[in-house]
Amino acid sequence: MQFATPSSPHLHNDNAVQKVMGQVLLALLPGIGAMWWLFGWGVIINIGIATVTAVVCEWLFLRARGRDPRPAISDLSAVLTAWLLALALPPLLPWWQTVVGTAFAIIVAKQLFGGIGYNPFNPAMAGYVLLLVSFPATMTRWLPPEILAEHTLTLGDSLRAVFTSLPPAGLTWDAITSATPLDAMRNQLDQNRMISEIRLSPLWGDFGGRGWEWIGNAFLLGGVFLLWRRVITWRIPVSMLGSLLLVAGIFWMIDPETHPFPAFHLFSGAAIIGAFFIATDPVSASTTPRGQLIYGASIGLLVFVIRTWGGYPDAVAFAVLLMNMAAPMIDHYTQPTVFGAQGARDD
Amino acid sequence: MPDTAAPVWDFHGGLHVPDHKAESNSTPVRTAAVPKRLTLPLQQHIGHIAECAVQVGDKVLKGQLIARASDYVSANIHAPTSGTVVDVAELPIAHPSGLTAPCVVIESDGDDTWTELPEPLDYRETDPADLRERLRWAGIVGLGGAVFPTSVKTNTTGRKVDTLIVNAAECEPYITCDDRLMREQPGDAIDGALILKHIVGARQVLVGIEENKPEAIEALRDHIEQNDLKDFEIRVVPAKYPSGGEKQLIHLLTGIEVPSQGLPLQVGIVCQNVATCAAVSDAVQRGRPLISRIVTLTGQGVEQPGNFRALIGTQVSDLIAQAGGYRNDVSRLLMGGPMMGFGLHSDEVPITKGSNCFIATTEVEMPSPAASQPCIRCGDCVKVCPAQLLPQQLYWYARARDFDKAQDYHLFDCIECGCCAHVCPANIPLVHYYRFAKTEVWAAERERQQSDLARRRHEFREARLARLEAERKARLRKKKEALDKKPAKSADGKGADPKKAAIEAAMKRVAAKKKAAAAGTEAEPAQEKTKEDA
Repeated sequence: MQFATPSSPHLHNDNAVQKVMGQVLLALLPGIGAMWWLFGWGVIINIGIATVTAVVCEWLFLRARGRDPRPAISDLSAVLTAWLLALALPPLLPWWQTVVGTAFAIIVAKQLFGGIGYNPFNPAMAGYVLLLVSFPATMTRWLPPEILAEHTLTLGDSLRAVFTSLPPAGLTWDAITSATPLDAMRNQLDQNRMISEIRLSPLWGDFGGRGWEWIGNAFLLGGVFLLWRRVITWRIPVSMLGSLLLVAGIFWMIDPETHPFPAFHLFSGAAIIGAFFIATDPVSASTTPRGQLIYGASIGLLVFVIRTWGGYPDAVAFAVLLMNMAAPMIDHYTQPTVFGAQGARDD
Repeated sequence: MPDTAAPVWDFHGGLHVPDHKAESNSTPVRTAAVPKRLTLPLQQHIGHIAECAVQVGDKVLKGQLIARASDYVSANIHAPTSGTVVDVAELPIAHPSGLTAPCVVIESDGDDTWTELPEPLDYRETDPADLRERLRWAGIVGLGGAVFPTSVKTNTTGRKVDTLIVNAAECEPYITCDDRLMREQPGDAIDGALILKHIVGARQVLVGIEENKPEAIEALRDHIEQNDLKDFEIRVVPAKYPSGGEKQLIHLLTGIEVPSQGLPLQVGIVCQNVATCAAVSDAVQRGRPLISRIVTLTGQGVEQPGNFRALIGTQVSDLIAQAGGYRNDVSRLLMGGPMMGFGLHSDEVPITKGSNCFIATTEVEMPSPAASQPCIRCGDCVKVCPAQLLPQQLYWYARARDFDKAQDYHLFDCIECGCCAHVCPANIPLVHYYRFAKTEVWAAERERQQSDLARRRHEFREARLARLEAERKARLRKKKEALDKKPAKSADGKGADPKKAAIEAAMKRVAAKKKAAAAGTEAEPAQEKTKEDA
């Protein structure tokens, strides 16, 4: 009898890239639910636009590269990039800006570098930063959480706003938008107001921005799911959030009137989703166990530095991209000790 | 290291995989029929190929030497049964590339007549060197699959050995030949270990065995108790692949890390497979060479899985037939375990000393590998690597053919256990890449050595030519100097050499005669010329 002879091992577990990505998408659902509840249909519309754009761009570009697009599309990585980017966008962002950001993420940040596995930068964050520096006005036009909003937008209102860039009938943008908690904190601190004063506003909840902290909790739930499923390891999220808490804690202890309570940093912006879903992107992160601790801790530190002294109220995207650049160097210097390296070499 | 009751350490990574032992370990070892023809490859071991000691047409008896170890690291091969040598030729062997290799083919005469065997030895009364000579004669090699000559591995080269570790872990799924051996011949396994302990001069014997073999553990323990053996311990280790890797097992049992790219001997340990121990006992206590072994035949693709004691040289197809033949849905045939074994193109290949297991499998049991996707650096491979490497980085550099960098990432510490590829969500055949990188490095190393040799030869030749030239010049110069001096010497009239003086005298006489005869004037220059020739 004649047989085929593939290489060993001949047993494989049933894990697959598609399964990994699928579980991350699943883990995003609680957070998406919370955002939809707080910010309305715009969140879902953004996800829809970004997903279609990402899949179309990936498909077209792989065809252009002469590759079979089917395996790459079905690995769900483009969908994940789209979702992560969409969740970072203001809910009523003009549709074409979402398209531009997603297309940039997929084509420039991912496919031009060789597609999945080869991108040095987190594609979603690259797309987000492109939009943030190109369209600062619309990119900072956030809605207030539903519990604070005076006007509830229907699905029709949201679609109209996204596709025509016009505010809902009878309202101005100013009437329906609001600063994010991080933005508000930053602005008021810049006006030399005390934190005890600032926190009197109804904008604040127990830790962070009212409503926003629920988003943080929901993403945390997803993050714990990923840890439980062993899709991610604890190193990056724990080191990132740990270093953010630590540095914020030190400054808060020095002066609690000019530096917000440490938990504020965790639950007001993108820190939680960043720690569990963005910084953990394995392709662009550090890959050695020790390196991941350094990588995560550095992101946490950079987030605090940029939020406190930098030009942007939230900083996860910049911090992640900066550390993406450093990841190869970190990996180089943090190789684990191989088995037997400690043993005396007497020959 | 604390000497308290049976501590067991752990090693990094590893896998918990379904062991599939039950398919083949529930029935006793069956003795396979003596086949009509036996094919014996001359290379069944690591090292130099054995040198054929028979010719076509020779009658051989069972146990007779048919191929001789050709070097220190080489192994004898004996006739597994009596019969006639019918061929010495290149024939297909069990090899991942389907290669052929020199083989001796014996046609059995059906009598199975033993040749005269050496006397059994009482190992306690025998010098270790003589025992090693016996193992060398018997052609014993590591039967766990590594097939390194045992007589070489037990040569401690003067180093002190504290512990002999018997590798009875049998951590690869499906394989049960050692399990059955220990259940059925615990005495042979333990006697062999005692002989090896005596040879290497170890203080103690530790047997490392995975917890999934309770009957074997029981059998060994009973035997140890009955014989009241001291410094002989059975240590049960958790079932985690690859606990049977030599360095992993040593760490599990002693907490000692064998130096990277070093040998266990450096830390005072010698490790031997349990089936090798039984073969050692056979050679020393019965004077029998290694001519058969226990082979596991299993997988969903074979009708009656089980273990066989088969003669070396039996065709795999013969054995499959004795196990009831293939099932219809058989898709592949593996030699070795599912983690490290390799696929065979055909079953028309002989069993060798290293054949511990054949798995006839089906598409359902072991599906064909899925198409591989790009590495996403998820790090699952890092978590399972028992050598504590970064398989994803090694893959990256192996793929980029950056072999220097791959070596920086400790390519040669990879034991090819396959854990990384087992868990890879992108289905990358990682081990294949590492093997490729290793062979490329070896090839480059050979090339470098060859070019070094060529360069040294060239430099030596240049130096030699220059030396010869210098010597020639020196000779000429000396000669010239001598020439410049000589006339002065003979002018002295003393003549350094009595011979020369005699010749000169004779010449003078001749010249005088000539002068007298012809009264010519040519005599003077002729004399000059003769002088010059001298």
